[in-house]
Amino acid sequence: MTGYHYETVFIINPVLSEKEAKDTVQKFKDVLTHQGADVYHTEEWGLKKLAYSIQHKNTGFYALMEFRGNKDSVKALEIEFRRDERVMRFLTTALDKYALEYNERRRRGEFNKGKDSATNPKSKKDESGEG
Amino acid sequence: MTLINESVNRIEQRKKYCRFRKNGIKYIDYKDANFLLKFINEQGKILPRRLTGTSAKYQRKVSQAVKKARHLALLPYVADNLK
Repeated sequence: MTGYHYETVFIINPVLSEKEAKDTVQKFKDVLTHQGADVYHTEEWGLKKLAYSIQHKNTGFYALMEFRGNKDSVKALEIEFRRDERVMRFLTTALDKYALEYNERRRRGEFNKGKDSATNPKSKKDESGEG
Repeated sequence: MTLINESVNRIEQRKKYCRFRKNGIKYIDYKDANFLLKFINEQGKILPRRLTGTSAKYQRKVSQAVKKARHLALLPYVADNLK
């Protein structure tokens, strides 16, 4: 399969039920698969507090998808994101080789700071030595 | 007794270093908001290189990561008391 590696994070409206949110994630996964992209990893971070309010909401359901596809698949995905009013925010990033390596290790849970950020946010805030 | 000022022996005159170069970190994850907190002040502004010691190459990546995190509401655009 040709193409680049991408990852996309999107925020789903928190008003939806857990099941509806999961269905939304599945829907976008299907959009990508339909475009011939290979979705090899998805993650649901669950309901998280937003740093600022979006559409008058203070929480959001975060989801992450990693996939390999061409740029047309990204285009189709983003059009679908814009059409769907359940999605409040999205960001697609192309991954370079260092990002791929990092994501590989992150998936294996080598550093759980990435994964735990959903569950225990304020743990290592204070040890920020700039000195 | 000489009148020449003695140089004050500051212990805190350690040389700054780029933490990414030193630790061999090649990729800065925008999803890791806790890590990015080290590079912003309590108003949510990105700290300059002269304070953090980050090299130019990685400062660009830090600033991109912070901006991505802001877009996804993982970090605030403006804040009053972040730390």
